[in-house]
Amino acid sequence: MINAVGREIPDALLVNGKEVYQGKNYMDGKYLHKAAPTTRRYEKPQESKIVATLADALKQCGAKDGMTFSFHHHLRDGDYVVNMVMKAAIEELGLKDLTIAATSLGSAHDPIADYIEEGKVIGIQTSGIRGRMGEVVSAGKLKTPAIIRSHGGRPRAIEAGEVHIDIAFVAAPTSDCVGNCRGIGGKSNCGSMGYAMTDAKYADHVVVVTDCLVDFPNMPASVEAIDVDAVVVVDSIGNPKKIASAAARISQNPRDLMMAENVAKVIASTPYFKDGFSFQTGVGGPSLAANLFLEKYMDERNIKMGWAIGGICGPMVELLKKGKVGKVIDVQDFDLDAVNSINQTPNHFEMSASQYANPANKGAFVNKLDFVVLAALEIDTGFNVNVLTGSDGVLRGAPGGHPDTAAGSKVCIIVTPLTRGRMATVCEKVVTVTTPGDCVDVLVTDYGIAVNPLRPDLIECLDNAGIPHVSIESLKEKAYSLVGRPDDLQWEDKVVAVLEARDGTILDVVRKIKPLSL
Amino acid sequence: MIRRPKPERFRLRRTMMFMNAQKPGLIKDAYIYGCDSIMLDLEDAVAENQKDAARFSLYHALTTIDYGNTEVIVRINGLDTPHWQEDIRVCVAGGADGIRIAKCESAQDVHTVEAAVEAAEKEFGVEVGRTLLMAALESPKGILNAYEICSASDRMFGVAISGGDFRKCMQTKFSPDGVDMLAARGQMLLAARAAGIQCFDTVFTDLDDNEGFKAEVLQNKAMGFDGKSLINPKQIRLVHEVFAPTEKEVKQAEAVVRAYKEQSAAGVGVFTVNGKMIDIAFIPGAERTLRLAKACGMYEGDLV
Amino acid sequence: MEILKSAAAGTLESSDAMVTVEPGEDGIQLELSSSVMNQYGRQIKATILETLERLDVTNAHVTVVDKGALDCTLKARVECAVFRSCDASSANIPWGGAIR
Repeated sequence: MINAVGREIPDALLVNGKEVYQGKNYMDGKYLHKAAPTTRRYEKPQESKIVATLADALKQCGAKDGMTFSFHHHLRDGDYVVNMVMKAAIEELGLKDLTIAATSLGSAHDPIADYIEEGKVIGIQTSGIRGRMGEVVSAGKLKTPAIIRSHGGRPRAIEAGEVHIDIAFVAAPTSDCVGNCRGIGGKSNCGSMGYAMTDAKYADHVVVVTDCLVDFPNMPASVEAIDVDAVVVVDSIGNPKKIASAAARISQNPRDLMMAENVAKVIASTPYFKDGFSFQTGVGGPSLAANLFLEKYMDERNIKMGWAIGGICGPMVELLKKGKVGKVIDVQDFDLDAVNSINQTPNHFEMSASQYANPANKGAFVNKLDFVVLAALEIDTGFNVNVLTGSDGVLRGAPGGHPDTAAGSKVCIIVTPLTRGRMATVCEKVVTVTTPGDCVDVLVTDYGIAVNPLRPDLIECLDNAGIPHVSIESLKEKAYSLVGRPDDLQWEDKVVAVLEARDGTILDVVRKIKPLSL
Repeated sequence: MIRRPKPERFRLRRTMMFMNAQKPGLIKDAYIYGCDSIMLDLEDAVAENQKDAARFSLYHALTTIDYGNTEVIVRINGLDTPHWQEDIRVCVAGGADGIRIAKCESAQDVHTVEAAVEAAEKEFGVEVGRTLLMAALESPKGILNAYEICSASDRMFGVAISGGDFRKCMQTKFSPDGVDMLAARGQMLLAARAAGIQCFDTVFTDLDDNEGFKAEVLQNKAMGFDGKSLINPKQIRLVHEVFAPTEKEVKQAEAVVRAYKEQSAAGVGVFTVNGKMIDIAFIPGAERTLRLAKACGMYEGDLV
Repeated sequence: MEILKSAAAGTLESSDAMVTVEPGEDGIQLELSSSVMNQYGRQIKATILETLERLDVTNAHVTVVDKGALDCTLKARVECAVFRSCDASSANIPWGGAIR
């Protein structure tokens, strides 16, 4: 069946009430029956929940074949926990047919690719998939199609019972002996633990893995002892160097700066740019640099930002400390400046993934956003964005909060160079639709700006401000004139990944790529 | 294949940005930042054993990339190297707008290059005289011979000082007030104006010193330079801002040119605009101001 | 042109390509790898073969490691490698002739 973004979705996937994507806000007003977990009662007072090894914790939680284990990605490329847990489950306990439901996965998890190839891991549910895991899944080695969800789509799916977590593993920079966890105070700090929060509430069992045991009670806790079955103390949960960079520096790349300046110009041309406006930006080169230019416009017009959300990094904390933004609400921290600020700097708060972006709850922050500035691997002439598959068709990205913020915000700006090497970023048809075009409003490239024709109001804003803009078709033509028109990718029928829209409908599928051989 | 239009000897050249001709990622679209000219470099930026490779890259860049209205100049290797003759052949064959002669010290150097350029134009079927020249003065001798260099050829559109080498020769170093090169800059400007060609200042290399850069550009403008060589796109904006005319200057220039067109049609040679006596001698300056204003987005009329 | 000895041109930087030519006897043997193989592999191969044909190279072993180079860069790298293999890369290049 063809969905609202023109993608063919195999009928075999449209079972158990699954529908194809119908357009923005299709699920609005419908009711949701939340799926409660089945959890063990611990009535008898216990001194401590510490168990000696991960294997012991797995056994205590009744780990068996076919289970779903969940993980969160705050330790990013420094994470040791996913590999550690899966090794214990598969190599020590001999478990198989396991599903990994992670908020995101990255190149730190390359070893999992082997478990996929051996058939021990048969399911992956995640936002991001990269590195070797992306390659083996793209090559059709995973037994069931990977399910890719946005950061808001995941808590929605968990609450709806579409993902049932048997055991959630919480990688905790600090924990006390009963499992009150925080993202600071240890040796592998990550700051916010927002993505772990929904998992801990909806999993049947919760195991905390920490490398820094602290005195009880570890407060204020991000994940609370009331939800935790066991605590395992390990030597190290991650490589601090790869968890949070020293500081997310604002790009000095002149191309990034030029685009960032245009992003700020576009923002400042709209009526939403007024005292108290709200804002989110990615940490990519030009997106982050937009902060810098935006500050100039804020100073010029003597206005302040009301609040900012998202993955947070130093430049935003800096604005908060300077009093130029009222509140920062934080689901993930990208650098040490942000890690050291959360819950320390006044008005810098932590939030859960659901609070951040879940479209099925009653008030996610993304739905109050004025502006979001986002990157893209590809954007097509229908303004559909791909942030999941490379132009070679291989999984190597993550929708993250992209679709959630794009749908919720009043103005969604995509900023990307027109080409990267020989890849046309602005193209005729994206490989995979991860954010539908009806959620994307403005495209800023190094070769010009295009506004989605669905937003005549914004076109008028740009015209009034004297900001030149062109059609997205002309940008696409320019891109192809530079790099040549790419050949169509060749696919097999086998679906290797299903991409859910944030509301749970099916937005697109990724099939097995047929590599070109000459 | 891209055929570039015939180069204009005197055009706006506020910003000339250097780019290593050997780096495909850089040269493919250096024009997007809006500099007036790009300077594809075969000289210092290219390692000695990559001079040949750089020419192949340069040829295909010149013939396939649409640089639009951005002028494309190539800096060739010095006359004391084994490279400059082939450099000239590739520039002419590829259709570069102009050639920058490195380490130029005499009118003879210009003549030597000019002869090779003319030979190449004939070899490749390019209109003789199409390829423009500019000279980089990098030594005290070059500065002392500035006038003969500036007036050595009808192909010469401008002259530039190259600070790095010049300071070494003078046993001095960069000074924030410009005193290290004040005399040389002055001498070169005098020579360029006397010969009726343009004059460009050297690069400012400390990309983190915004204040120092601004001070130098302000001094360049005050001294009468036409523009400046740059090493990074982020330097373009400031130069364009500093070199932009004031609104008052634009209004006056517009009034002068308009009045001149009306009065000369009526056969009047001398007239007054806003109380000032104007004759034909004021017109080139006023037109230059309007062209500059147009490039800066300050003037949209059709007088220039 | 006849490939007299092994020669290379280019780099492995993004947007560039590393081209190596070696003497061969049995026509053109092309080994191509590219970061944009699935979308541009056919076009890259065609560009390389056309360039070799223009240079009248009929026997060679050619290895291209492409990092997303544009056609104009691919041509420049192939040409330079071929001219280098004949020690003829530094002067009297047929600009606009075999090189175009």
